[in-house]
Amino acid sequence: MLLAKIVGTVVATRKDPRLVSNKLLVARPVDPRGKSEGSYLVAVDTVDAGVGETVLIVSGSSARMASGMKDCPVDAAIVGIIDTIDVSD
Amino acid sequence: MQIARVIGHVVSTRKDENLVAIKLLLVQPLTPDRQPAGRPLVAVDAVGAGVGEEVFFVRGKEASFPFYPQEAPVDAGIVGIIDHWDIG
Repeated sequence: MLLAKIVGTVVATRKDPRLVSNKLLVARPVDPRGKSEGSYLVAVDTVDAGVGETVLIVSGSSARMASGMKDCPVDAAIVGIIDTIDVSD
Repeated sequence: MQIARVIGHVVSTRKDENLVAIKLLLVQPLTPDRQPAGRPLVAVDAVGAGVGEEVFFVRGKEASFPFYPQEAPVDAGIVGIIDHWDIG
């Protein structure tokens, strides 16, 4: 899974019917120390995350195992809001 | 599967209900000479691994299989702790 910071929201009126009433957020991956890296992605939010929060994103077919996402056309889902990250080197 | 070293913990209180009671660890994939390869990622722990240990982990939906029938939404999971490994 990826650590990422929520940087924005996405609004789409015309979309797959199975995406109706799902919240879409723009996230950017971060390293364990919080530094942003890599390209932005759109993820469906299942845990009421908000802009500025660090979250856990599951990607690929596993995203469909997130709560309420069964059979939905998604490949990235936010499944947790991160409280703390401990890195020991 | 890939070889990695466990480098830290991740704590999340608000999370998917199927992630409750599952330990989240930060893992750094390794090259054959034990140098970091690529970005660290978060993996779930199915074997009781700890920080500093070398492990192997599986990517994709298979990462949730150790928790069956609980359908954990995970795409990386530690499935073994390495005692030793050698490249011939």
